[in-house]
Amino acid sequence: MHDLFQRLKRRHEFWLASVIAVLVVYLSIATQGFLTLQNLFDLLTSYAFLGILAAGLLVVLISGGIDISFTATASIAQYITMLLANKYGLDWFSVFAIAIIVGLVLGAINAVLIDRLQISSIIVSIATLNIFYGLLVFVTGGKYIYSLPSWFGKGIYWFEYVDAEEISYGLNLQILALFVMFTITWLLLNRTNIGRQIYALGGNREAAQRLGFNVFRLNILVYCYMGLTAGVASLIQAQLAQSVAPTVLVGKELDVLAAVVLGGASLAGGVGTVLGTILGLALLAIMQNGLILIGVSSYWSQFFVGLVILLSVSATALSARRKRKGNLIE
Amino acid sequence: MSNEPAYLTKGPDAVLMRLLKGLTHDVTNRRLIILLVALVVVFGLLIGERFFSQATVQSMAFQLPELGILSLAMMITLVSGGLNLAIISTANLCALTMAYIMTTHVPGAEGFIWVGWQIIAICAGLAVAAVIGLLNGFVIAYLGVSPILTTLGTMTMVKGIAIGMTRGNVLSGLPEPIVFIGNGTVYGIPTAMIVFAIVAIPVAIMLGRTPTGAATYMIGSNEKATRYSGIDTKRVILRVYLISSLLAAIAGLVMMARFNSANASYAESYLLVTILAAVLGGVDPMGGFGKIAGLILSLIILQVISSAFNLLNFSQFLTLAIWGTILVAVMAVPNIRRRLGFAD
Repeated sequence: MHDLFQRLKRRHEFWLASVIAVLVVYLSIATQGFLTLQNLFDLLTSYAFLGILAAGLLVVLISGGIDISFTATASIAQYITMLLANKYGLDWFSVFAIAIIVGLVLGAINAVLIDRLQISSIIVSIATLNIFYGLLVFVTGGKYIYSLPSWFGKGIYWFEYVDAEEISYGLNLQILALFVMFTITWLLLNRTNIGRQIYALGGNREAAQRLGFNVFRLNILVYCYMGLTAGVASLIQAQLAQSVAPTVLVGKELDVLAAVVLGGASLAGGVGTVLGTILGLALLAIMQNGLILIGVSSYWSQFFVGLVILLSVSATALSARRKRKGNLIE
Repeated sequence: MSNEPAYLTKGPDAVLMRLLKGLTHDVTNRRLIILLVALVVVFGLLIGERFFSQATVQSMAFQLPELGILSLAMMITLVSGGLNLAIISTANLCALTMAYIMTTHVPGAEGFIWVGWQIIAICAGLAVAAVIGLLNGFVIAYLGVSPILTTLGTMTMVKGIAIGMTRGNVLSGLPEPIVFIGNGTVYGIPTAMIVFAIVAIPVAIMLGRTPTGAATYMIGSNEKATRYSGIDTKRVILRVYLISSLLAAIAGLVMMARFNSANASYAESYLLVTILAAVLGGVDPMGGFGKIAGLILSLIILQVISSAFNLLNFSQFLTLAIWGTILVAVMAVPNIRRRLGFAD
C-alpha cells in the first residue's frame, strides 16, 4: 500500500486527480447545481470542441513538435463542409468525410513544410495559421453561414431521457465524438507500434532516425492526425453553435495548448498521456464551471484559469527538480 | 576568390549578394534588403506614384511603431532562447492602468499637477509591467518552468485581471499630450516613430554592447555552458523578461495614444505576428541569434506589404496570408540553396 502510494506520488496525473477530487467534493457540497446529471452533460458538450483538439495536439506534442494552426484548419473544414452540405444535401457520413479530408490535407501541408524544409514546427504553424486563416476570410469575405441543413441542425441524440422537470438529455453528437476521439487517440498511442514510435521520436529524434524510423512518414501521420481531429471538432462545434463563423475559432489555439500542458505533456516531446490530457481539460472545465456556480463574476474566471496554469506548471517544475536531486543522492 | 563564402560565389542571387557586401555583413539582412527592393519595385509598378507619395510613407510610419515595439519585446526573449506570450496582455493591462489614472485624475487638475498626474500615470503603467516582468522572469529563471508555459499562464492571468477590473469595458478620453504621442507629428515625423527610435536604440545597445546583451545571446545558444562559464544566467533571464515587459508597457502607451482608448483585448492578433516579424528578421526561434537591424528590415517589409495591399484595395486578411507565405519562403531559402547545391 505504501509502495503504491509512493509510485502514484510520482505521477503527474495523481496530483491532477487529487486537485480535481478536492474541487468536486467542495463544489458538490457548496453548490446545488454542480453534482447534477444535467451539469455533467452540459460540461461535456461545451468542452468537447477543446477536448477533441487537445487529443490531436497531445499527439503532436509527444512527437516533439507543436501545431497552432489547427483553429484555422478547423475553420476551413467547417466552412467548406457546410457550404457543400447546403448545396448538395449530403448526410452525416459524408460531412464528416469531407471535414476530415480537408483536415488531413492541411495537416499534410504542415508536415511537408516542417519535415522537407527543416523549419521549426512553431514557425511553420504560425505561418500556416496566418495563411489558412487569411485566405479563408479573404475568400469568404468573413460571411457567416446561418442556415445549416435541418438534419444537421437537429443533431443526434441516443438514449434520450426526460427527467421529472421535463429537461431532456442524452448521448449527443458532441459527447459521442469526444469519447470516440479520446479512445482512438489512446489506442493509437498505447496499443500500436506507431504510437511507440511517436513517443520515441519525441524523446530522442536523432536516436529514432538512427534506429531506422521513417521520420517523414511519422511527421505526416502526426500532423494529419491533428488535422483529422480539427476536422471532427469543427463539425461538432458548428452543430452546437448552429452556425459557421470563419472568425470565431482562431484565437482559441492557446486554450487548447493550456489544457494539454496542464495535463503534463512536455513541450520538449516524448512525454504525455491521454489520461493526463483528460484531467487537464477536466480541471479547466470544472474550475470555470465551479467559479460561475459559486457566484464569482464570470469576468474573473480567466484570471483564475491563468493562476491555476501558473501554479500547476510551477509545482510540476519544482517536483521535477526535487526528483532530479533525489536521483543524484541515490 | 576561393576564400569567399558560397553565398557570394554560387547561386542565382550571388551577384546581388556581392553588390550588398559593403552595406551589411549579415547574410539575412542582405536577403531582406533584396526582398524589400523587389517588393518596392513590384508595388511601385502596380500602384504607381501614389505608392511613393508623402501620405503613404507617413501612414506607414504611423502604423509601424505599435507592432515594432511589441516585436522588440518579443525579440529579446526569443534571443535568450525563450518566448513572451504575455506581451499583448501586459501592454493592455498597463494601458488600462495609465488610462484609469489619466481619465480619473487629469481632467480636474491644472498646471503642474496636470502634468504630474500624467507622469504618475505612465510610471504606474511601467510599475505594473515591472511586476509582471519580474514574475515571468522569476518563474522561468528560478523555478525552471519553460518560458512558453510560464507566459501562457501570466498571459491568461494578466488578461483576466484586465477583464475583471474593467468588465470588458473601454476606457477612453485621454489628455491631449498623450493623444499626441499616437497621432501627432514632429517636423512631419510621427511621434510614435520617434518613440520607437528612442526605444529601439537603447535595446540595440543593450544587446550589442553590454555584458547583459552578450550573456543573453550566450544563454540563447547554450544556457548550461553559459552558467558553467560563471555568468549568473538567472539574473540575466530575469532582466530579459523585465525589459520585455517594460517594452510591452511602452507599446501599450503608444497603442492607447493612437486609439485614444484602452481595453483588455486590443491588438490580440498581433501576438503571433510579433514572432513572425522577429523570425523573418533573422531571429532564431531557438535562441542565440538575431539583430535589431534585421528586425527593423522585416518590420518595414511587413508594413510595405500591408500598405501596398491597402492601396490596392486588397483585404487585410490577404495581407496576413502573404506575411505567412513570405515567412515560410524566407525560412526555406537556406534549405533550397542546399538542395540546389549552393550551400552557404
